[in-house]
Amino acid sequence: MQIAFAIIAALTLVSAIAAMSLRNLVHCALCLALAFAGLAAFYLQLGAAFAGWAQVLVYIGAVAILIVFAILLTRSGEGTPQPILSRSWGVGIAIAVLVFGVLAKAIMSSSLTSNSLLQKMPSKPEPTVHQIGDQLMTRYVLPLEIIGLLLTAAAIGAVIIAMKDAGKGQLTGPRAKATQMEIPPQSNNASSASHELEEVRS
Amino acid sequence: MIGELFNGLMLMIWKVLTDQPDPKADFLAALPERARPLVAAILSITPILMIFPGLFAATTWLERKGLGRIQNRLGPNRVGPFGWFQPIADGLKMLTKEDIVPRNADKVVHFLAPVVLLVPTLLAFAVLPYGRNLVPINLDAGMLFFFAVGASTELSIFMAGWASRNKYSLLGAMRAIAQMISYEIPLILSSVTVIMIAGSLSLVAIVQHQAGYTFGLVPHWYVLTPWGFAGFVIFIIASLAESNRSPFDLPEAESELIAGHLTEYSGFKYALFFLAEYLGMFAMCGLATTLFLGGWRAPLPFLEIVPGYIWFFGKLILLVFLFIWIRGTVPRLRVDQLLNLAWKFMLPMALLNLIVAAIWHYTGAWDFPSALLWRWLLCAGMIAGPYYWLGRGLTGRAKLVKRNYRFAD
Amino acid sequence: MIPLHDYLIVSALLFAIGLAGALTRRNAILVLVGIELMLNAANLNFIAFWRYSPDPEALTGIMFVIFSIAVAAAEAAVGLALIIAVYRHYKTVNLDQVDSLKG
Repeated sequence: MQIAFAIIAALTLVSAIAAMSLRNLVHCALCLALAFAGLAAFYLQLGAAFAGWAQVLVYIGAVAILIVFAILLTRSGEGTPQPILSRSWGVGIAIAVLVFGVLAKAIMSSSLTSNSLLQKMPSKPEPTVHQIGDQLMTRYVLPLEIIGLLLTAAAIGAVIIAMKDAGKGQLTGPRAKATQMEIPPQSNNASSASHELEEVRS
Repeated sequence: MIGELFNGLMLMIWKVLTDQPDPKADFLAALPERARPLVAAILSITPILMIFPGLFAATTWLERKGLGRIQNRLGPNRVGPFGWFQPIADGLKMLTKEDIVPRNADKVVHFLAPVVLLVPTLLAFAVLPYGRNLVPINLDAGMLFFFAVGASTELSIFMAGWASRNKYSLLGAMRAIAQMISYEIPLILSSVTVIMIAGSLSLVAIVQHQAGYTFGLVPHWYVLTPWGFAGFVIFIIASLAESNRSPFDLPEAESELIAGHLTEYSGFKYALFFLAEYLGMFAMCGLATTLFLGGWRAPLPFLEIVPGYIWFFGKLILLVFLFIWIRGTVPRLRVDQLLNLAWKFMLPMALLNLIVAAIWHYTGAWDFPSALLWRWLLCAGMIAGPYYWLGRGLTGRAKLVKRNYRFAD
Repeated sequence: MIPLHDYLIVSALLFAIGLAGALTRRNAILVLVGIELMLNAANLNFIAFWRYSPDPEALTGIMFVIFSIAVAAAEAAVGLALIIAVYRHYKTVNLDQVDSLKG
């Protein structure tokens, strides 16, 4: 058991560090998917089979692909190598180290480390999917409905935010040629205006 | 000990062939306690690793012969009688081809993409019940496991397309992923209908719920109910799209973007992709048999002496033949037609199917004499009506006008 | 054999890594990646505490994690849509350059 825990922990932590520190964005996304898989292995080891497979399905099967698509849609040329850290990176690292220090101190000095009941995993039976469904429909039915509303709102909202504006929408056929003749002068004005703004700022 | 092991092995093979419970017990009893879990796992995995790649080789032959006959030609007939050794020739060719990796390609990701595709596809075979007592793992959340590992394969298509540093590969990969995630929803919704009626996510329990015969003749398979039939059709169409088979083979057709995400793969890596695609098709057909066609159950009561795995593999091969038949007959869909079909037609039909299944379940309490007929009329009408109107409504927008030809002079 | 605080230390470490990444990387998408790592670390905490609790039949930890996974997926979708909209306007996802409201 300990060897499995050590291997999964090493895998998850190394891929998390790689996800946050690699230069190539797609490599970061793939290491993130590996970190998700490591976490799913943790959930399976802890006996939460439903949560583990739901983690694989939602995070690796959907969120990782979303992140990858967003990386592909926001590439602006991979020519010059730019610095990967932001201007205030020192403060960020310091804050993270501080947070970890506080959490680790709190965990190790609490009664969790000395409580004898918490030293080995209790061998209770695994929950069946039937029990989970039962709880979802009786005790947690209100959060379930709210989650349904939230997911609907998020899906509709994401589509609307990422949709192109109505004026520059996609047209096909002979009408597109006529309208596309008119659009370039406007976009030239817009980009030159934003260039002026940048020059004023810098 | 060797004598006991051999005895246990023979007994295990006999028990598997005659559908008796707990085949591995005698073989494992002859082993020391510590080795039992590992050997039990190996005993479950080895037949899957031997049978399904063998089925893959046979299916490549069947597909080429079948497509040839549908297209009024002979298909391979030179390598052995009726071309039976063609899969061996194909395998040797793939193994001896040069493995070309583009100079600019991302070597690690390019190498890992076929592996990341193959491993989850093989994992999916672990929960299918192949016979009365032949399921490798009886997971309580078996269906969730199946769809989770199915969703993990999409990342490998992106890896293959992106690592090749080829515009066509990337475009093909993005189209393939868009197709797969669009068709995952009708696939999962039609399975959720079965889960709702059977009351369990475990595939073994779903097959057990399809027991019994009405009037001693008609089995209680879910495909023989109105919602089950609609769900089966939705599932088959969605699994055609999930395994990138025609008419949804836009990502890998030769006339579209060369070969999509597989453009820069040659030799054994291409063979691995090919193997993984066919294994994915087998896994989907296996799930369709388990959910809708009664799994390992016999169609008539007196045929129950025939062991379960023969029925399971018979139904599986029938579905594979259906896939090959559809490939040879239906033309390819364009990418916007494909996505419109998924989101605007199959998703509403799958949701409607869920409601109709609930209505079928609750009208099961009717007990006047012609109840079955009225239930069938109600549920089939609730499915057939929207099917007709939605179909008409979606195709009505493309008005069929006389085409305007412009000729070069 | 594995004490509870081992899982909690791993979860804290994962949280700190996610926080460090979210605060130091320039690319907006990587900030979102850091946020996802932090959410996952909290989920691991929930499941670990659920397993070692005196009453695992109440399934509270698993319920929390199921809802947390759903909320995180919704948030990732909206966040990435926002990033795409920002990219369309500023032509960059570099957070140091998206500061026209500053000062």
